[in-house]
Amino acid sequence: MRIDESRCVACGNCVPICPVGAISIDPVARRARVNRDECVECHACYRGMSKEHLYPPLVRAIRRVAAALRFRFDPEPDICPTDALTPETLAWPRVVRRAFSDPQVPHESTGITGRGTAEVKTNDVTGRVKEGEAGFVIEFGRPGVGARFREIQAMTTALAALGVEFERQNPVTSLMTDPRRGILREDILDEKVLSAIVEVKAGLEQVPLVLGAVREVSRRLTTVVAVGVSTRCDASGGDRLRAILEAEGYPAYRGKTNLGLGRATAGRLS
Amino acid sequence: MTNTLHRYSEHYAVAPGPDPAPVDDDYIVFAMATRGVNDDDLAEKYRTFARLALAHNPVNVGDATKGGMYRPQPALNPLAHWKRDERPDPQAVVDGIEGHTTMAAVFRTWEDMEGFVEDLVAADLGVSVNVSAPMDAAARCCKAAGITRHSVEYSIGFQGRLERLPERAVLEIGTMCGHGMVSHAFVRKMLDWVKEGRRTPAQAARYMARFCVCGVFNTARAERLCEQARRGTS
Repeated sequence: MRIDESRCVACGNCVPICPVGAISIDPVARRARVNRDECVECHACYRGMSKEHLYPPLVRAIRRVAAALRFRFDPEPDICPTDALTPETLAWPRVVRRAFSDPQVPHESTGITGRGTAEVKTNDVTGRVKEGEAGFVIEFGRPGVGARFREIQAMTTALAALGVEFERQNPVTSLMTDPRRGILREDILDEKVLSAIVEVKAGLEQVPLVLGAVREVSRRLTTVVAVGVSTRCDASGGDRLRAILEAEGYPAYRGKTNLGLGRATAGRLS
Repeated sequence: MTNTLHRYSEHYAVAPGPDPAPVDDDYIVFAMATRGVNDDDLAEKYRTFARLALAHNPVNVGDATKGGMYRPQPALNPLAHWKRDERPDPQAVVDGIEGHTTMAAVFRTWEDMEGFVEDLVAADLGVSVNVSAPMDAAARCCKAAGITRHSVEYSIGFQGRLERLPERAVLEIGTMCGHGMVSHAFVRKMLDWVKEGRRTPAQAARYMARFCVCGVFNTARAERLCEQARRGTS
């Protein structure tokens, strides 16, 4: 993302909007600036702010007069008055930032449509996670911190050493050059994203082992990690996973429950 | 896409108290189809989902590819600073549905959620339906609707550099947009504006909701948290 200097009036509304704090006002130029190394190309500023399309010189003149008189205008906080936010055409490897950070962009950079997989949300028709199995969703960078792939690789290599199975349709997996060792492409390791999700599957009996490894690696990272664990319920709707998690000291207060209402209606699933 | 899984509450604090208050105003139901399996006539299935949801007093309904009931406004008149149309637009959600997406509806009461789930069971759309909520509340909903849970996914909270996370009220509001589009700095600004009397809690909730691209931001819960911050009871 960049900010058009000819249009920016340094109102500062976009500064707190940026999820990773990459926008600030240059006090000399009196324009907003984007720190390109920190920007994750999520487009929250460009897409989320409402627009007025005002004439920039007029807005600057009014702001100068108000500032001279020490008047505080109380504007709507979610508006870019002059439409100064300008998306860039991104090239590899920077395009990976947007693919992992903008929820409305398909994963064209990785060849996979969507930000991640459907996880357990469509398990009633895909059967991805079976009874006796645990699916792990290990998310880096959210909420609001961001993560670089070099740190994500620290986790994927540790998980690979445990012999877990990486979800093949997952975008992070598709960026691996050696999935058996959890090694990612070298040219993306310093790219920063708002969030990336690693998905693995293991037996229920391995839940303590996998979570122990995740906790151990997380201590060495500079970002935050959010973890979800899923399983298929038994015929009566019960699950063994909750007791395992609580015995390990993890909170299991909230989560997602697949109601089992999905079924083949397009006539292609036997 | 774990956009509703990790909604923060006291239960996930580093050192939670002995009896964290239950979250009883935040229930999400969402629908997702699988390509080639149950995506026939999908736009109409999703429109039915949205219409059924609107009959149960949702605080938000959203299409992950288009947005929720509160959306940014692309061409405002400068008078918007004094008088702005802040009404939610559920019809835009229904009219915008085109095909593959994730549809979500957010409710402030368990009863509204449960009523909606009963309608979905009767409608038999064939798409996968999930409840994102406290696990016990979801289990009670299944029992009341006469269905058996198929699968479960537990949020077990945050790890790593927890000191980089913001204070509780900001985290609780910010994680209601799991995609991270509602920035912590903006939430903090809105909480400050409410405390300064510059905006009402309802206005602050609406500003924040416009940044949530899939419509799972709960404006009622955000409003409550802003009001608690104003009173100093958060």
